[in-house]
Amino acid sequence: MDAIIDLLQQNALMPRADMARLLDRDLAEVESAIAKLEAEGIILGYQAIINREKWDTEKVTALIEVKVVPERDGGFDRIASRIAKFEEVQSCYLLSGAYDLLIIVEAANLRNAAAFVSEKLSTIEGVQATATHFRLKTYKENGTLHQWDSAPDRLSVTP
Amino acid sequence: MGFRSRSTFCHAVSIRIADHVRDIPRSGIRDFFEVVQTMDDVISLGIGEPDFATPWHIREAAIYALERGRTGYTSNLGLPRLRRAISNSVHKGFGLKYDPLCEVLVSVGVSEAIDLALRALLNPGDEVIYHEPCYVSYAPTITLAGGVPRAVETTAEDGFCLRAEDLEKAITPRSRVLMVNFPTNPTGATMTAAQWEPIAELCVRHNLVVLTDEIYSEVIFDGVKHASIATCPGLRERTVFLHGLSKAYAMTGWRIGYACAPAELIEAMMKIHQYAILCAPIMGQDAAIEALERGADSIEKMRREYERRRNFITRALNDMGLTCRKPNGSFYVFPSISSSGLTSREFSLRLLQEQRVAMVPGTAFGASGEGHVRCSFATGLDAIKSAMERVEGFLRGLNAAK
Repeated sequence: MDAIIDLLQQNALMPRADMARLLDRDLAEVESAIAKLEAEGIILGYQAIINREKWDTEKVTALIEVKVVPERDGGFDRIASRIAKFEEVQSCYLLSGAYDLLIIVEAANLRNAAAFVSEKLSTIEGVQATATHFRLKTYKENGTLHQWDSAPDRLSVTP
Repeated sequence: MGFRSRSTFCHAVSIRIADHVRDIPRSGIRDFFEVVQTMDDVISLGIGEPDFATPWHIREAAIYALERGRTGYTSNLGLPRLRRAISNSVHKGFGLKYDPLCEVLVSVGVSEAIDLALRALLNPGDEVIYHEPCYVSYAPTITLAGGVPRAVETTAEDGFCLRAEDLEKAITPRSRVLMVNFPTNPTGATMTAAQWEPIAELCVRHNLVVLTDEIYSEVIFDGVKHASIATCPGLRERTVFLHGLSKAYAMTGWRIGYACAPAELIEAMMKIHQYAILCAPIMGQDAAIEALERGADSIEKMRREYERRRNFITRALNDMGLTCRKPNGSFYVFPSISSSGLTSREFSLRLLQEQRVAMVPGTAFGASGEGHVRCSFATGLDAIKSAMERVEGFLRGLNAAK
């Protein structure tokens, strides 16, 4: 299982027959293991990693720190899930430290992002304060560097 | 077509080359390399070095060392901190204790350390036994050190392991040194502790010094425990334990190797090293400290990757009738090409010309490599996949022509 997850994280599109050869197992074994991971909700989905310098360049990404008042029953869960349900919110984490929630918001442009913060996020009861940071440039995302190391030039035959 | 002959640019002055150098045959791998060089679009499975760049934390540590101005000579034996890291690493990995003050020497790759050891040990005419197929430098290095190379053949049936009875037959009153390299380049062979035992006994009985080239000892698979001959009873005091960072840490270009041996022998090797080399470059030594002290996770990641590619390529080759064992170590498979009806050299040359895939003919590693080719899987999976498809096309063409 660990090895299959490892391969999927490197490249979810890798042909399953290749995976079977790499792990020295049968194709059917690999396929059923992946099906099981999906059924059990261990694998939640597969996504492409987009280079934002080249596609949808107008889109903005904001990292928003949110301070909230925890509730007596359920702590942060109710407010967090309420925030997470907004389509603009790509990710939502509860953190230790100076603020409570970190959310990552994607919006078509700056105006939309600002509107989301001022009209939706800040007005939720229990949200005390927010601080918004806009992404200026991406260097690495989900383990993928946006600027590639140049492939080292190797001699074509060496002992 | 044959291999291109060496080119001569001028012949105005006839310079006399020393006989013992002139008589060394050109490396078969170099010949093959020169043919490959002339072609485009070649997928090479002929490369004996990792396809990974050195892990970033190691490169970064070297950059930091440069920023601090660490650019001078080091002590002849190498930086004390590196020698301590080597001593710890060898103790942790192999259970062998060497004193970093006087039993460890940092060299320019294992190749230099082999040369130092042989030159420190051999009188003219002394015989050095080694197993074949083997790394290309062994026989020439022995010759250059004034020794006489004595190859012991290993075979596919034995998994290219060294057999004690074959070794015993090769021992003469002039035998002085046994050189071993497991996991082996080019065969990927490994030895168990039980296989080493009778060999170790022979070494003790015939008073042989053992040079063990451990360069692939971290590149091992399937949870196999690597066994070094140096750990056999009575061997530590007669063994030069040679290792380096090139393969496991993907640090070939840094040229850092080392030798661990009894102080008397290290002292003798140091005498040669200090005059020929002075010291290994400090940049490489600083990088090596970082690698040995904090590199365990990085090498495990690469090792896992090699293991998977090995599974892939071994199955693909066997499916095509190029039979090979799954190697337990190194990043080479050494399949038999006898089903093709070609010699190693014909196979390699035709595969290169017809399908643009480079595999090194087994004979580059000694006559006993005939009937085999070496495929390195230190190459990305995509390249390995395409190469296997091309080889399949090549074999189909051969069969159709039959």
